Amino acid sequence: MSLLHAAFERAAAENRAALIAYIPAGFPTVEKCYDLVRAIVDGGADIVEIGWPYSDPLMDGPIIQQAAEMALHNGAHATDVLNTVSVVGDAGAVPLVMSYWNLIERYGVEAFAHDLKAAGGVGVITPDLTPEEAGPWMAATDSDEIDRIFLVAPSSTDQRLNIVTDATTGFVYAASLMGVTGTRASVSSHAAELVARTREVTSLPIAVGLGVSTPAQAAEVAQYADGVIVGSAYVKAVLDADSHEEAVIAVRSLSAALAQGVRRS
Amino acid sequence: MTATLPDARGHFGQFGGRFVPEALMAALEQLEREYEAAKADPAFSAELTHLHATYSGRPSILTDAKRFAEHCGGARILLKREDLNHTGSHKINNVLGQALLTKRMGKTRVIAETGAGQHGVASATAAALLGLECVVYMGEEDTKRQALNVARMRMLGATVVPVTSGSKTLKDAVNEAMRDWVANVDNTHYLLGTVAGPHPFPMMVRDFHRVIGLEAREQTLSLTGRLPDAVVACIGGGSNAIGIFHPFLDDTDVRLIGFEAGGDGVETGRHAACIGGGLTGVFQGSRSYLMQDAEGQTIESHSISAGLDYPGVGPEHAYLNEIGRAEYRAITDKEAMDAFLVLCRTEGIIPAIESAHALAGAIKIGKELGPEAVLLVNLSGRGDKDVATAAAYFEEVGMA
Repeated sequence: MSLLHAAFERAAAENRAALIAYIPAGFPTVEKCYDLVRAIVDGGADIVEIGWPYSDPLMDGPIIQQAAEMALHNGAHATDVLNTVSVVGDAGAVPLVMSYWNLIERYGVEAFAHDLKAAGGVGVITPDLTPEEAGPWMAATDSDEIDRIFLVAPSSTDQRLNIVTDATTGFVYAASLMGVTGTRASVSSHAAELVARTREVTSLPIAVGLGVSTPAQAAEVAQYADGVIVGSAYVKAVLDADSHEEAVIAVRSLSAALAQGVRRS
Repeated sequence: MTATLPDARGHFGQFGGRFVPEALMAALEQLEREYEAAKADPAFSAELTHLHATYSGRPSILTDAKRFAEHCGGARILLKREDLNHTGSHKINNVLGQALLTKRMGKTRVIAETGAGQHGVASATAAALLGLECVVYMGEEDTKRQALNVARMRMLGATVVPVTSGSKTLKDAVNEAMRDWVANVDNTHYLLGTVAGPHPFPMMVRDFHRVIGLEAREQTLSLTGRLPDAVVACIGGGSNAIGIFHPFLDDTDVRLIGFEAGGDGVETGRHAACIGGGLTGVFQGSRSYLMQDAEGQTIESHSISAGLDYPGVGPEHAYLNEIGRAEYRAITDKEAMDAFLVLCRTEGIIPAIESAHALAGAIKIGKELGPEAVLLVNLSGRGDKDVATAAAYFEEVGMA
């Protein structure tokens, strides 16, 4: 059983959704990000997505854009992404990478799957890669037993839900709303319906992301999803902190609060 | 052969395709269906042709530029006068087509990206004509450099949104337009301004600009009794170039030559020549050449021409380069501005700085081919918008 699968099983056995946190590598600096990752895991995240900062993040709203710009400005590189993945694993959570496609293609598709495996990474989320264009990626991830996580969206037709879930391994990322990453006042009304439609075509775990940021929202999503993905709220907590020490405390507290939220009563 | 591409998934050989968030896939599939249906509908073509004839001023004329030709080794230079179109460039061909398509899809709002402002102005114009809401994303830097076009767009009723993310230029305006589109796709069409982005945009935008090459081919035949030796155009994203190249693809004796923006020179790294100085990759929705560093991060482009200042290029050009059907070379800022002034003073035509890259190319190719040659040059836009930039440039270098 893959580590990812085991994380969802463990959460289900404890009658809760898995908590999946997102933080970009190199944010605000490479070293400080290691501290943040350890605190996020210490607070209770089951799975951590390490974002690979990109110059043109067209799925991301202003909060994550700002983080990516800071990380790139401070010199984040591919090796830092892989090193941060190892930090997640050492801290005891399941490490994933979230990356726009050109970065992986430039690194080398097979080389990346291979090096990620060596760093302890178990899966990759690719927000701008659809199964139709993923031929070499499917081969590389199969060969290195890396989970490849594609997205479904409220606009996905039934036909597309089938195409995407057939190509996906690990879990399905359900984008809760039509829009970009960011914090929102409430969870999109589309989320529950999308999860229900996706369940009809797959037995994979389904995690909901985009616009989930508070413990109350996590609790709401945990009622119907297997995983709750929180990204912008972590980044915002770091941006709002007055010092690195405060940022570390803030993300640990956020993880702890969200970890309570994902418990089903 | 090559004229039948892209394939069903939008590929030109290894280039093109669809690299977008899943949330946009349904909209792209809808757009492709609606576009194919419109293309097959005589009423749609008739409406577009009517607008060309009665609104934008087609067919555009061909000018035999005899005094300019003296600077081109004596080769005969035929200028395809897209600068005479309504709104001052070829951009109107595409926006009228897509705006009609927007109405056909029952959408009420269009969004567009713009660099220099030409595509933004054309989009605002088409939106006003057809009663559509229009929002134009423009890098904050560009809104300052092109204040006149910002005022024009606002007069035409469009909302101009300055983009403050990333490098605050055209590529960031595209990102922001994509973000808007994901969130508003139910009622909004993304009126993309060049032959880049995800399928079907490179195909559809090309088709709307093919009228340039179709007209110019007939006009050249009727004026000279033969096909040109070379067709010359400037390349940013590549829409005017593909428009004039495409009807000549099967005329294999006709050389197709695109001139990219060489900025300070490709060897300096400060340029926008993706084919000559970039690498294969995926950028803003499709696979093509782009300016990127060793890890795949986009590099900022540099050109005196805001309309060519973009780190990507359309996938069909990447393909035509790869199979050797078209050639791509770079023209520096200086070469372009020299040609700009030559055209002003030999023909009484102030070209867009973008088009001046094609003119500089014609000077080179004319000298290479000699006085027997016939060159068809796409004069893609007029230079009114560039007067301030050009004046500042000539003052700085001590010319004019």
